[in-house]
Amino acid sequence: MTDIVATNQTILVVGGGISGMTAALEAAECGKDVILLEKNPYLGGRVSQLYKYFPKLCFPTCGMEINFRRIKANRHLKVVTMAEVAEVSGDRGNYSVKVKVSPRYINENCTACGECSKVVETEFDDEFQYGLSKRKGAYLTFNMAYPQRYVIDPRLIGTADADKAKEACKYDAVNLDMQEEEITLNVGAIVWATGWQPFDANKIQPYAYDRNPNVITSVELERMMDPFGPTGGKILRPSDGKEAKDIAFIQCAGSRDQNYLKHCSRICCMATLKQCTYVREKYGDDGKATVYYIDIRAIDRFEDFYRKVKNDSNISFTKSKVANITLDKATGNPILNGVDTEGYHRYSNPHELVVLAIGMQPSVDFQSLGLNVNVNEHGFIEADPESGMFAAGCASDALDVNRAAQSATGCALRAIQVVNQVAAAEA
Amino acid sequence: MADKKLGAYICKGCGIGDRLNADQLAMIATREGKVAFAKQHDFLCSQDGIAMIQADVDGGEVTHMAIAACSRRAKTEAFSFDNVAIGRANLREGVIWVRPDTDEAKETTQEMADDYIRMVCAEIKYMELPENSGEQERNDRILVVGGGITGMTAALESAKAGYSVSIVEKSENLGGMAARHFKRIPVVAPFAAPQDTGVEALIAQIESNDKVTVHLKSTLASTSGAPGRFEAEINKEGSNVTEKFGAIVQATGFNPYDANQLSHLAYGSTPDVVDQLGLEKLAKEANGGAIKRPSDGKEVQSVLFVQCAGQRSDKEGELPYCSGHCCLTSIKQALYFKNQNPQVDTIIAFSDLRTPGAGGEDFYRAGQDNGVTFTKSQVKEVTANGGSLTVKMQDLILDEETSTDVDLVVLATGMVPNSGVNIDDVQTEDENGQPVEPKPRYDANDAILKLDYRQGPDIPQLVHGFTDSHYICFPYETRRTGIYSAGPVRRPMDMKQAQDDAAGAAMKAIQALENAAQGRAAHPRSGDLSFPDFRKEGCTQCKRCTVECPFGAINEDEQRYPQFNEGRCRRCGTCMGACPVRVISFKNYSVDSVGQQIKAVDVPEEFDEKPRILVLACENDAYPALDMAGMNHMEYSAFVRIIPVRCLGSVNTIFVTDALNSGYDGVMLMGCRKDEDYQCHFVKGSELAHIRMSKVDDTLKQLNLETERVQIFEIAITDIDRVPTIINDMADTIEKIGMSPFKF
Repeated sequence: MTDIVATNQTILVVGGGISGMTAALEAAECGKDVILLEKNPYLGGRVSQLYKYFPKLCFPTCGMEINFRRIKANRHLKVVTMAEVAEVSGDRGNYSVKVKVSPRYINENCTACGECSKVVETEFDDEFQYGLSKRKGAYLTFNMAYPQRYVIDPRLIGTADADKAKEACKYDAVNLDMQEEEITLNVGAIVWATGWQPFDANKIQPYAYDRNPNVITSVELERMMDPFGPTGGKILRPSDGKEAKDIAFIQCAGSRDQNYLKHCSRICCMATLKQCTYVREKYGDDGKATVYYIDIRAIDRFEDFYRKVKNDSNISFTKSKVANITLDKATGNPILNGVDTEGYHRYSNPHELVVLAIGMQPSVDFQSLGLNVNVNEHGFIEADPESGMFAAGCASDALDVNRAAQSATGCALRAIQVVNQVAAAEA
Repeated sequence: MADKKLGAYICKGCGIGDRLNADQLAMIATREGKVAFAKQHDFLCSQDGIAMIQADVDGGEVTHMAIAACSRRAKTEAFSFDNVAIGRANLREGVIWVRPDTDEAKETTQEMADDYIRMVCAEIKYMELPENSGEQERNDRILVVGGGITGMTAALESAKAGYSVSIVEKSENLGGMAARHFKRIPVVAPFAAPQDTGVEALIAQIESNDKVTVHLKSTLASTSGAPGRFEAEINKEGSNVTEKFGAIVQATGFNPYDANQLSHLAYGSTPDVVDQLGLEKLAKEANGGAIKRPSDGKEVQSVLFVQCAGQRSDKEGELPYCSGHCCLTSIKQALYFKNQNPQVDTIIAFSDLRTPGAGGEDFYRAGQDNGVTFTKSQVKEVTANGGSLTVKMQDLILDEETSTDVDLVVLATGMVPNSGVNIDDVQTEDENGQPVEPKPRYDANDAILKLDYRQGPDIPQLVHGFTDSHYICFPYETRRTGIYSAGPVRRPMDMKQAQDDAAGAAMKAIQALENAAQGRAAHPRSGDLSFPDFRKEGCTQCKRCTVECPFGAINEDEQRYPQFNEGRCRRCGTCMGACPVRVISFKNYSVDSVGQQIKAVDVPEEFDEKPRILVLACENDAYPALDMAGMNHMEYSAFVRIIPVRCLGSVNTIFVTDALNSGYDGVMLMGCRKDEDYQCHFVKGSELAHIRMSKVDDTLKQLNLETERVQIFEIAITDIDRVPTIINDMADTIEKIGMSPFKF
């Protein structure tokens, strides 16, 4: 870690998802020195956990490959993974940032040959798969994980498995004595690209997420669709492992609700329309999707996609906020109860699987970090022209990937303005 | 470069040394590959290994190196050395990890590795370090076309970063559409009330900023050049001035949809039906007082907003898309009334209320809290009814027809992008379906940028006339390098989004001019210093390269020779693939650097029963998929030899015919998806490859070869399972149809 050089003409980007990578690359490709911090052992963030993007239904790893290639080729950009910001002091043009770097227990020698993983037996819940499956205690998070370097789970340290991993490595890449480090960076501008997390579905008690295994969240469905994911690319009911062909989607699960998130999470309508196509992709004419919604927010040209999905006779739409979900014990089917507001019909509809279009909330509690930024009641950072700190992507609002990348590109410029002004003042 | 010094480095780590005979690989490198030396190392990417290579570089021992180790996608940073040409032979993900570790597989696995050594040695022999083209110019001035809120913001954001700007605005004032608004949708918490547009403050900042020059009543007469050296003729009331620019931001905004087409909503037949801009005008006149209706000046007591008027519609002449901002704009306008007099009835008739994000939903709630009525209804008809207006609606909740009388009706009509001409609107067939010399259906005088590009005078449109990027991950991807669009010309959006967008586009413009100054490519091949070079004496002026370039990088000179514009070029090699006489190449990626790899492969004799299948794989999607198949130890045939290519568009048909003539038994091309939702990062590369390969069939027939021997596939980066299967299927096919008769 000692080789990180930062000055008040350096831009710090916090978060290595699509927004952070974009902000960092756009600035670095302008010749600016950038440090990109990521708390996970890999870059890519939430988009690396998505199967496809709307509305093109293309694969997120495709753009990620380009971004990784840009990162590998750029010497102005320094990536530090497993790093979290602990404290920020100072002002625009001159910040001091304390960063906590967790031990990976694997050093730069790692060739990603995988021998350590082969010998380790202990398994842990795989957080990348939202706990839907397990992974080894020595692991590469996913096929495209960058940096392409294994990780040892800290819970493995001190066990015989850890020693086995060390022995298996021919390249001296395993270092079980690695310690947490704290580094202090002096930087001119900071881009917060810390992204989002799914709202805690357990809090939406009427939807029985914690009680009915056949109620899952939209982010979990994304993992199921991945051929290398927890179900090998199949939509399986957690209760009995059966293929689920009749799927209900509940919109605004946690969003637009005074009890949970007051804001609209923007992405969930389009995400659900996209996921409706997953059901058809997997099961053809046997696949059936029903969307329970308040408003379908398919803005601008996304309307084209909405129209296409709406015209599919296997996909239906019910304007209703679902009141609650009960369980049909005989079949394991969740039963959705509520009132169809178009005509006021009471319904009680069984489906094989329910997907909650789960809301988006900021990953980081900026208020508790004690940052000198404006945080609104939804937890997002608001723009402040006097500050040298900027929020990119979902740290600033609920945004889709395209808008997040757009926001990050603009943030890169605002950060460049700061360091260029510093440079001009020092010249 | 004076003397080429070729050397090879062979890694024996990660099992390569255990599974393969490294001494044999080294011998092949020196004897057949003709490299001066081949060094072996147990762990080449270690500090020690890298130091060994670096010492050779520093000592002048090597200028062109072959690194035979893992995939070029692995350890990329470790194996990156300045001022040397580097080729990578993929012995790990491409050989030992895709082959079983058995005695019977040993021979064919070793042959695979042997060939990859021959190939990489051939590649580096024909590689050159990119040289400076001498075309690089630095110009720190940005041209912003359009002086609305987007253009002004782009200009100020660029100026704040130290760059100078010229704004070209066709009207006599700055401010554009935003200046016609009374207030704007709130952009800061608590998102509860309309706020000042800020347009006047922006204009004042522009006028006092010495980095920004404004040309009012001006349009572009022509734009030529490339990033770093654009030259624009600016026509100001009939006289032209010429300015030079490094990059361009197009912020030409939108025009309001012509509501006269909505006669059933009584627009045009009574002045009391207005569109949203019409209501802004009334609000400005009222300036915080009671808004009066146009017909008789009566203070409005009731107003109804018709959402999606002429939008989200499949009717002829109406807009199919949603303009995104209109729900929030109607809430804002309803609050103009409510904030002045809470007794005014304000009704918003909508089908889906679209107020996304944090601020959007808060503002919706503010509307509700202030007593704005929201009704999920479809407005069928508006009729003037002596003094008031009768609005007939279908209530979608109660499923019944309702009717209400109001003083004023506001139509939330959509945004029509002001994007100039659609350069793809070209006639290519006559009325009988016969191909004709392509002829634009548009009038070039209607273009905004008036580019002197062969591909047309404006930038390409994505859909519905908007000039947005095709790529989700890259919102500022452009097919005209150095020209970025922002604001409602790119995508329908409100003022806040337009201002954010302006900053993004300004960022890309700045980056483009910085790249151009150094001869660096924009992404996806960011930083690439190579550019296409052509041998004039061989050129037949067939124009294929100029026509097929997806980025409009190539013009034609007076003698119809291609004129390459480095700054516009994205280094995909589509021109190299297009050229029938193969005179176009890059220094580090050429007809030879690929062609000689194909020829370097040792093709066994027919009775050996060891077919050879050439795979040309797109480096962005297919090659990573193959790599990941390797990482997952999925097996595939030992008979394939894979060459990554920049894009399938760079694949010249000569590669295929050469391969067949050299005795290869099959050729597989792996590129990206090519339809309207194409994934090709160079837009048309994959599609062009498909077109070119359809013509290879004739060649196959001439050679008396089965057409199955050449196949082209669309491969996504996620096709990790699929790539081994299609390779093995191809190997099976070859087994069925038999070996090629062209073995020597």
